[in-house]
Amino acid sequence: MFFNEEYETLPRSALEAVQLKRLQSVMERVHANVPFYQASFEKAGVKPGDVKSLEDLQALPFTTKQDMRDSYPYGLFAAPMEEIVRIHASSGTTGKPTVVGYTAKDIRTWAELMARSFVSAGAHKGDIIHNAYGYGLFTGGLGAHYGAELLGASVIPMSGGNTKKQIMIMQDFGSTVLTCTPSYSLFMAEAAHEEGVDFRDLKLRVGIFGAEPWSESMRGEIEDKLNLAAIDIYGLSEIMGPGVAIECIQAKNGLHIWEDHFIPEIIDPDTGQRLGEGERGELVITTITKQGIPLIRYRTRDITSITYEPCVCGRTHARITRMSGRSDDMLIIRGVNVFPSQIESILVGIEGVEPHYLLIVDRRDNLDTLEVQVEVDERLFSDEIKVLQKLSRRIEKEIKDMLGITCTAKLVEPKTIQRSEGKAKRVIDNRKL
Amino acid sequence: MKVEQISIFIENKSGRLAEITRILGDAGINIRALSLADTSDFGILRLIVNDVETAKRVLKERGFTVNKTEVVAVEVPDRPGGLSTILQTLDTEQINVEYMYAFVERCGGNAVIIFRFDETDKAITVLRNSNFVVLEGERLYSI
Repeated sequence: MFFNEEYETLPRSALEAVQLKRLQSVMERVHANVPFYQASFEKAGVKPGDVKSLEDLQALPFTTKQDMRDSYPYGLFAAPMEEIVRIHASSGTTGKPTVVGYTAKDIRTWAELMARSFVSAGAHKGDIIHNAYGYGLFTGGLGAHYGAELLGASVIPMSGGNTKKQIMIMQDFGSTVLTCTPSYSLFMAEAAHEEGVDFRDLKLRVGIFGAEPWSESMRGEIEDKLNLAAIDIYGLSEIMGPGVAIECIQAKNGLHIWEDHFIPEIIDPDTGQRLGEGERGELVITTITKQGIPLIRYRTRDITSITYEPCVCGRTHARITRMSGRSDDMLIIRGVNVFPSQIESILVGIEGVEPHYLLIVDRRDNLDTLEVQVEVDERLFSDEIKVLQKLSRRIEKEIKDMLGITCTAKLVEPKTIQRSEGKAKRVIDNRKL
Repeated sequence: MKVEQISIFIENKSGRLAEITRILGDAGINIRALSLADTSDFGILRLIVNDVETAKRVLKERGFTVNKTEVVAVEVPDRPGGLSTILQTLDTEQINVEYMYAFVERCGGNAVIIFRFDETDKAITVLRNSNFVVLEGERLYSI
C-alpha cells in the first residue's frame, strides 16, 4: 500500500535524476535569496552551476544548528514573509529556538510526506488517528494532523497531556492509530493500568512513535503493553517536522527517507567526510523541494547509518537505521561513548525493570561517575534486602559487560522519575566541563 | 498459623517514614510491630498491622511499592536464653532465618518474635513439634 505509488517506487536511476534536478534548482534559489548561503558558497569556492552530479554535493559546505541560531529568527528564509504561512520552532533547550517557516507549498509537501508515512505504518483512510503529539511551535502535532487529514483519516487533535482524558477518548472514540512520543505511550499504558483500563480492549492497531531516540527492546515493551504495532518515525523541525523518514510495517527494519524531497548523507561527525553504506555516523540532509527555508547539507546531529538495499515493501527509497542517539546527546564517560538508548536497551531486557530511568553523570576526583536510577515496582520488590541488592548488582554487571563502563545502579521509588508528556529527559550531567 | 506482613520500599530520604506512618494513621491503621532494614540507598519497612488489606491499599494509592509476605510469630519464654532455645531448634533442623524482629508487646508472660523463613511451612511444623507456641495472625492483629 502506497500513498503516492509513482514516487515511492521510482527506480533508483529515475529517483537520482529527480534529485539532481531539484538539487540544482534549490542551489539557485538559496544563492539568489539567502545572504548566508551566498557567503558560505563563496567561502567554500562553489557556485550553484558547479553542481553537475549528485557526487558534487560533497563539495558544498554544511549548515549547522549554530548557523540557524546566528540567523535567528528569519535570516535563513528563502521566501518573502508574505509567502510564509506557518512558523514553527524547535524547543530551544539551550538558548534561542531555531525558527523555520513554511510556504503554502511546503505545507502541502509536508502533508503528503506525512500521509505517505501513515500509509507506510499501516494506517489508511477510515482510521481514527489519535494525535497526542503536542500542538504548537513543536512540529509534531500539526505535522501529523495535516498528514492524517490528507490521508482522509479522522484525526483527533488531542495534543499532549491530560492523560486520563486521552485514555477516555481512546476508549470512547475507538481510536485505531496512536501518534505520540514512545515514552509518552508507556506513560499512558501505566496510567491506563492504574485506571483499570486494559489496552487489549481498545481498538488501537498501530502506534507511530518518534521525536526521541528509542530502542528495539522498548518497541517490544510498547507492543506488549499497548497491544499494537509500534512504528518508528523520524523528523526534525529544521528539515520539516515528523515524516522525514518512517519504517514500513512490512519490514519494521530501517526508516525509508523520502528521497525525492531530501538527500541523505552519512558523515564522520569529527572529520566531516562522507561514510559508506552501512557505516554509522551523523545524518546530513539536504532539502531539495523546500521553499520557506531550504537547507543545504544540514547536520542533524542524529547518529544512524544508511542502506540502499531493496525493501520487501516495494519502496525504493533508502533506509536509515533506528537512531542510536544524537551526537550532542552522546555521553562520553571515562572516554567511552554511551548513548542513553543503549542503557535503556539493557534495562528493558531485565525482567521487571520499567523503562523509566534516569542517568546521572558526575565527576568526582577527576573521574566520571554514572548513576543509573531505576524504579522499583511490585514485580521487582522483595521484603529481603539481598534480593534487591542482587538486582542492583545485575544491572551494574550487564551495563559493564555490554558497554564497558562502571556504574552504580540506584533503586528508587516508583513514579519518582519525572514523566514527560513530550520528550523524556533521560540524562542529568552534573559535570562542570 | 502464618501471619501476614506488609513490606514497603523506601528510598533513603527524609520524611518518607513519617509520610508512611501518617498515611496509615489517617486510615485508622494500627501498627502492631515493625522492623526497618536499610542500606545506604534504600530501606525496606516491614509491618504487622491490624488491617493488612486497607494498609496495602492506602499505601499503593499514594504511590508506594508494597508487597505482602507470610511470616511466623512465635512465643518465646521471656527469660535469659529464651531466644537461644528456639534458634537452636531451628538450627538443628537446618531451617534458615531470613530475618527476624521482636514484637513490641508482650503476650502474657512471653515475648513474641517474628520470623521470616525460607521454608515457612516446614518451620511451623518443626516449631510446633518442639512445643513452641506459634501465634495465629488474628490473635496478633488484635493484641
